Amino acid sequence: MRGLKKYWRIGLGIVAIAALIAIPLGFNRYGLFILSQWAVMTIAAMGLNLTLGYAGQVSLAQGAFVRIGAYAAAIMTTQGVPLMAALCVSVLLCFAVGWLLGYPALRVQHHYLAFVTLAFSTLAFLVFRNESWLTNGIYGISNIPRPTIFGFPTNRPLQFYYLCLASLGLASVALWWLIRSPWGRAFLALRENPIRAQSLGVDTRRYTLMAFAIGSALGGVAGTLYAPLTQYIDPVPFNLSLSLDLLMMVIVGGAGFFFGPFLGAMIAVLLPEWLRFTEGYYLMLYAASVIGLLIYSPTGILGILDRMVIQRRTKSASALRAAASSSLETAP
Amino acid sequence: MTAVLEVSDIRKSFGGITAVDGVSFEVQEGEILGLIGPNGCGKSTLFNCILGQLTPSGGEVKVDGKIVTGLRPSELNRLGVSRTFQLLQVFPKLSVRENLILAGQEHRGNMASRLFGASDAGLTEAADRMIGFFKLDHLAGEPAGSLSYGQQKLLDAAMAFMGGPRLVLLDEPAGGVNLSMLADLKERLAAINRENRATFVVIEHNMEFVMSLCSRVMVMAEGRILAIGEPDEIRANPAVIDAYLGR
Repeated sequence: MRGLKKYWRIGLGIVAIAALIAIPLGFNRYGLFILSQWAVMTIAAMGLNLTLGYAGQVSLAQGAFVRIGAYAAAIMTTQGVPLMAALCVSVLLCFAVGWLLGYPALRVQHHYLAFVTLAFSTLAFLVFRNESWLTNGIYGISNIPRPTIFGFPTNRPLQFYYLCLASLGLASVALWWLIRSPWGRAFLALRENPIRAQSLGVDTRRYTLMAFAIGSALGGVAGTLYAPLTQYIDPVPFNLSLSLDLLMMVIVGGAGFFFGPFLGAMIAVLLPEWLRFTEGYYLMLYAASVIGLLIYSPTGILGILDRMVIQRRTKSASALRAAASSSLETAP
Repeated sequence: MTAVLEVSDIRKSFGGITAVDGVSFEVQEGEILGLIGPNGCGKSTLFNCILGQLTPSGGEVKVDGKIVTGLRPSELNRLGVSRTFQLLQVFPKLSVRENLILAGQEHRGNMASRLFGASDAGLTEAADRMIGFFKLDHLAGEPAGSLSYGQQKLLDAAMAFMGGPRLVLLDEPAGGVNLSMLADLKERLAAINRENRATFVVIEHNMEFVMSLCSRVMVMAEGRILAIGEPDEIRANPAVIDAYLGR
């Protein structure tokens, strides 16, 4: 039965990937922009899902890391640095800053930690707005070039979409590896019961810092793609709202589920587009449907599926238990 | 005989309350020391001070002659000191096997090998042996949360042994476990003690369990040691009878 389930999964995965490659062939410029945005936001949300969903550390700073990555990419690529080099710098920078932001998490948790990361977000915003020698202040940075990757230009929207999709693919594989490694288990232990984790030898300090650093680095990857996607950045669209959007993507999709951010980003990026036909009402409908979903399933969309699976497993476990106890009773 | 654990003059106060008031004792290699006393006498606080969960207000703890006071619980665990908690502490969403792998993984390799190496850190076999040893075979793949209380309690104890510890502090391992399972648990603990020369300190209220499992028993009352000795001596000690056992 397990084997069959595995084939189903692989089949479903192949179909999804094929669809993501083939369907956009007929899309117009705007459709491709939205899809690219979905891929980029999914990468950022995956990072937050690691920090928040798997390791249990609340962060309202993921938007700030996307911004740091975007500014790093914008500043460097407008100076002629290749995007790949800019990516390395962004990732290292976000990893280091994320690591430092992890230190408060060693002392405060939950909403106190949210406030610390909120303060960090504001600080980052002020730096980007006020340090105009570096960031061009409120005027922002324009004419960010689309990169040429290994000789392939990405000037056309479809080409750039494939770059975003490939990056999403690589980021997913890397994160999948991380989650199924002993690190993933340690992150989960950190979230579920840090005291017990410590007593089993899990160095909760180091794993907490790593959860922040790696999650932030993924934010940096997303930012590096965001800059050439929009080709213009200023401090405004990167306000706190992006952090909140990313938080919503993770929670709506299902925090702590691998595919949660994919779904969450789809809802956050695509649903408003689909609801546009309602004109003035789309934001209200969007908000209402998100509230409705979270009342029905506080663990997000994938939480609904998970509940079904757990119910089935609990049933089979209690059946096993019943069988075991009756065999005890009938034993001579 | 060498002392695995040496505790000297440990004190811990919370505000005006002194929970542990100058406790000193030694535990020899391979020994099973029982720790009994009325609720609130400082047994669990003493455990927490020894294990680094709480920082003692004074005193010193040595493991294998090495001072370990002030070490973090995770560091202490990797030195071979393991524990269980009074309240059940398994990871309900992980399977029984995954719980045991988690309990052992930090004792293997380093951060890099845990990231790039095998997903199970090479522990599936060891975990399955432990599962067999604690008679949880048919439940290995089930989420720990779906087990009965007694089974979870067994798993909780099994997790403490995955790192191959020298010293294990068990906080009420028998609490809430039914009689047949209790006999199993006692027999398993005795076997690990015999085979691996593992040293135990056991907090327990079940007198029969303590008196039959432990080689020595220490009685605490109001943060101090009231008596320490072999089970028979303790049972006959008038002060212990007054403070705890009752007539």
